[in-house]
Amino acid sequence: MASIPALPRKYHGASVWALYTLGFIPAVSAFYLGATGQLPGNAIKEFEHLLGIWALRFLIATLCITPIRDLLGVNWIRYRRALGLLAFWYVVMHFATYMILDKYLDFASIVTDIARRPFITIGMAGLVMLIPLALTSNNWSIRKLGPRWIRLHKLVYVIAAAGALHFAMSVKVVGPEQMIYIALVAALLVWRLLRSRFNQRRRERARPNFGAAR
Amino acid sequence: MAAYHPPKIASHEITPESLFLSRRAFMGAAAGSMLLTSSAGAIAADLTASPSSFRVDEPLTPEKDVTNYNNFYEFGMGKGDPAANSGDFKPSPWTIKVDGMVAKPKEFGLDELMAMPLEERTYRMRCVEAWSMVVPWIGFPLASLIDKVEPLGSAKYVAFETVVRPEQMPGQSGYFQPLPWPYVEGLRLDEARHPLTILSVGLYGKTLPNQNGAPVRLVVPWKYGFKGIKSIVKITLTDKQPPTTWNLSAPNEYGFYANVNPAVDHPRWSQATENRIGEGGFFGGSRRNTLPFNGYAEEVASLYAGMDLAANF
Repeated sequence: MASIPALPRKYHGASVWALYTLGFIPAVSAFYLGATGQLPGNAIKEFEHLLGIWALRFLIATLCITPIRDLLGVNWIRYRRALGLLAFWYVVMHFATYMILDKYLDFASIVTDIARRPFITIGMAGLVMLIPLALTSNNWSIRKLGPRWIRLHKLVYVIAAAGALHFAMSVKVVGPEQMIYIALVAALLVWRLLRSRFNQRRRERARPNFGAAR
Repeated sequence: MAAYHPPKIASHEITPESLFLSRRAFMGAAAGSMLLTSSAGAIAADLTASPSSFRVDEPLTPEKDVTNYNNFYEFGMGKGDPAANSGDFKPSPWTIKVDGMVAKPKEFGLDELMAMPLEERTYRMRCVEAWSMVVPWIGFPLASLIDKVEPLGSAKYVAFETVVRPEQMPGQSGYFQPLPWPYVEGLRLDEARHPLTILSVGLYGKTLPNQNGAPVRLVVPWKYGFKGIKSIVKITLTDKQPPTTWNLSAPNEYGFYANVNPAVDHPRWSQATENRIGEGGFFGGSRRNTLPFNGYAEEVASLYAGMDLAANF
């Protein structure tokens, strides 16, 4: 079923590091442009929004690994940790930009924002929930936590929903761009509800005459 | 209405005549070169205006930012969309219909508007999204247009309407429409007649670019930018507070008055500070405190004496 040619095993490690490197390019290049005054208009907001949108993209990419395996039979699970950690670092950079460049470390104003403005509260909750996931994103934690690791990492569903909601609630008019991200996250979450039934039916179809032959 | 006292001008703020005249020579040369380089569509033409005492003592926002960082949803929701998508818009010929509670309703052609005594006014522009600019507008007091139609004593408000041209304004067509059209705005009559309130027909010594609201837009410097309705086709005097587009869209976020007020937050962000556009990247030190009435309190605070500005945001 694997229609995409498989990457030779010896390149697997290198491809993960390549993903990390590629993943940080949007942040690094935008930071360079912003620091040298080449981002047009409101440079700080442009950078802040770019980091936020890439965080959401990496979250969505993380959630795509499972349906890609279910539907296309391609197993990219080796990239999932990198995608999740990229999402985490983009959220951290997004928040740091808001805190340092946008708010000039005015902590009173930052606390007010987090407490009083629902879209910021939701965004902040997303960041807080990402922290335990990032901390346990190593092999040792997976071994140590066992089945509890899987349960803990289901938090990513809540985080992705929080991210899409945070984006939609931050704008003056919810437009096509926000709707696309909400739809993508919704579809990926709904897939989690459907996939066990889908996979079961496919397994049955894969051996259709098994019962009849007996 | 209380007597109007023009603000005191520091002498260093007044442009020396020699500089002003050399600027004219420069503008003339620029106009000449523009004939060679301009393409089809809207052409920003050279515009002469007399200097006025209305100028703020802050550096101008670069022209490229003033004309490339815009909110004009008729051309799209992104800040760069108005500059990118307004090439097909035809700001000429144009008429503004002025009607309602007036003795002499009238349609003004573009030539009549351009023949008004034009002044250059450098105003702060504070967007409700907590960013700001300093813009050298060219225009004339709205009061002088209102005077021509002789408002009736019963008129209390002024309603404004933007043109609807889906074929020339891509934001007004397609499956997704961010706002109901036409964009409408309104002022109290005393606000509309205030000497600071102008109809602008140009900026930076040229006619208005399409993305800035060609050919004629409102500028009310003590209010958030969304009050500055663009590409106006209709002005109606009325005795009822007119509906305004952003207030209809989100009444808890955008009020009728929309006076710049650092003490009253937008529900989703603080209005205490603002980001000055075009001050060079991340480390330009562009975050500054927002001033009550955008720094025009001395001139306009008396209009709102006794009003609860938190309730009438």
